[in-house]
Amino acid sequence: MTEQTANTFDASSSEPIIEIIDMHKWYGDFHVLSDINLSVERGERIVICGPSGSGKSTLIRCINRLEQHQRGKIIVDNIELSNDLKNIEKIRAEVGMVFQHFNLFPHLTILENLTLGPIWVRKEPKKEAEETAMYYLNKVQIAEQAKKYPGQLSGGQQQRVAIARSLCMKPKVMLFDEPTSALDPEMVKEVLDVMIDLAQEGMTMLVVSHEMGFARSVAHRVLFMDSGQIVEQNTPEEFFHNPQNERTQKFLSQILH
Amino acid sequence: MSQQTTQHRKYEARPPIASVGVIGWIRQNLFNSPLNSVLTIIIMAGLVQLLPPVTKWAFIDSVWFTSADVCKDTSGACWSVISQNLRFILFGFYPYDEHWRPITSVLILFGLFWLSYYRQFWSKKLLYGWLVGLVVMGVLMKGGIFGLVPVETTQWSGISLTLLLSLFGLTAAYPLGVMLALGRRSTLPAVKTLCVIYIELIRGVPLISLLFMSSVMFPLFLPEGVTIDKILRAQVAIILFTAAYIAEVVRGGLQAIPKGQYEAAEALGLEYGLKMRLIILPQALKVVIPPTVSILISAFKDTSLVIIIGLFDIMKTTKTTLANPEWMGFSTEAYIFIAILYFLGCFSMSNFSRNLEKTLKT
Ligand SMILES: Nc1ncnc2c1ncn2[C@@H]1O[C@H](COP(=O)(O)OP(=O)(O)OP(=O)(O)O)[C@@H](O)[C@H]1O
Ligand SMILES: [Mg+2]
Repeated sequence: MTEQTANTFDASSSEPIIEIIDMHKWYGDFHVLSDINLSVERGERIVICGPSGSGKSTLIRCINRLEQHQRGKIIVDNIELSNDLKNIEKIRAEVGMVFQHFNLFPHLTILENLTLGPIWVRKEPKKEAEETAMYYLNKVQIAEQAKKYPGQLSGGQQQRVAIARSLCMKPKVMLFDEPTSALDPEMVKEVLDVMIDLAQEGMTMLVVSHEMGFARSVAHRVLFMDSGQIVEQNTPEEFFHNPQNERTQKFLSQILH
Repeated sequence: MSQQTTQHRKYEARPPIASVGVIGWIRQNLFNSPLNSVLTIIIMAGLVQLLPPVTKWAFIDSVWFTSADVCKDTSGACWSVISQNLRFILFGFYPYDEHWRPITSVLILFGLFWLSYYRQFWSKKLLYGWLVGLVVMGVLMKGGIFGLVPVETTQWSGISLTLLLSLFGLTAAYPLGVMLALGRRSTLPAVKTLCVIYIELIRGVPLISLLFMSSVMFPLFLPEGVTIDKILRAQVAIILFTAAYIAEVVRGGLQAIPKGQYEAAEALGLEYGLKMRLIILPQALKVVIPPTVSILISAFKDTSLVIIIGLFDIMKTTKTTLANPEWMGFSTEAYIFIAILYFLGCFSMSNFSRNLEKTLKT
């Protein structure tokens, strides 16, 4: 984590990979997300933080349609999310997601967890999928566990497998929903290191996290959410040292002491 | 002081004498608490009272291969009622000279079951084996080709009928039940409503009434001249009935799968069918192996209810034998025999399920 990635991002170079325009979402009567506008460039890394219940998870889950929005537009890789199942599946294959509780498939070996998507969704031949899987397992330094089942691994190892599982689909964007908050403290670093590696390779990442060190070192932009709105967004430098909004200041003072 | 400690250790390293060997076992399992000791003594006393006369009746004073007349003069069990009528009890009205055909079929069936018991035999080949086996059994039973004398299904009876009804009843009910369970959790309101209505209606009536409906009411709705085989109708009733129960058990299994599994599968871009087939069902079905097998076992026993619509399953052939004035008084022996057969069937099923749970590491 000592290595500092260049935290500047040249937004003018490409078209956005994710575009969210005037998006609203309700759970019944509860207005969980309101008036969300967000554009994510290719290669951009965004960290989203905010108090519990502010809608961070809901926001990133809308991007791959695990949740459905009711108003506004979400466009991912030039495909607008609608009820069209084919579009949804196409987008999901392009967007990797890492969950707080890993959600590995317990009845499959680590290797099978990794090859399932490529074989069944991307229709890759088994051999090729296994080679890719081993490549990524090596990358997250867990190749020797390929034949084990998820239940035999520690939390940190499981989360690294989950990251590798997403990467095997060769995603254009990776979404992380509090990837380290279910881990014991000593395992947080091994997962963050994998994520930092990924960042250095130029992966587009949206990360819901309260790991402020991680945000400082890899994020191009930090978003602060409260009550379903994006209250403030800025470069990490400005965000941490010079927060504009009163709610951001209060939140930061609480988590940074 | 130090020597004392080592000695103490040495003593500790070996299990206390009383916890090993026969005495240890008896102590640990039969007399490990006052209540257990009392229960052990009561049961012992009961056994002492019961065992000698039962043994005397079943083995010492019994006759095995005699005529009915000899039986009437013995005080023990008359197993002759079975040995003298075995072929009728097992095969009923199936033409006497053709009994090798159901025998071969049953042997093929048991062979396939036996192979399926062992995980190392599970392969595509075994599946083909089952398909070929089923066709061979069908041809053998029905005849009409390869120079085999045709045998009407109305003559299929005894154990062949019981096995036929159970085998097809259970194997067809299982996938149907799984589909109903998925349907009941569907987001499509029409599918969901249909499945709920089906399941609740079927569970709301006893199997007997379904069998009556299939044999008495159903033909009334058919156009004149069209008849559907009576066995087939009973078979369908059993399948429909069992499927409803399996559906509910499987639904429970589906509910036990955490939401995260669905989400992880969806996030990979798996479509509904693949998500269910590869991720959800393998886990859900594994969780519900014990209750599923319970249902299958009770369905197996319930096939004996076809007796009330006049099908000659093994229960009915036994009853018919006992209705013969010559063998009239020996129902105890005959029913014990049937009970043993059913027990063997049920016990192998529960054994199979335990084995399955072990190999699948639930
Ligand atoms: N399925 C649901 N039905 C109804 N309300 C929900 C549902 N899921 C989430 N909510 C509510 O929506 C709000 C936002 O939830 P969300 O999970 O997005 O918060 P979060 O910012 O991720 O919080 P946390 O930091 O605790 O994970 C919360 O108030 C939550 O109670
Ligand atoms: Mg959350």
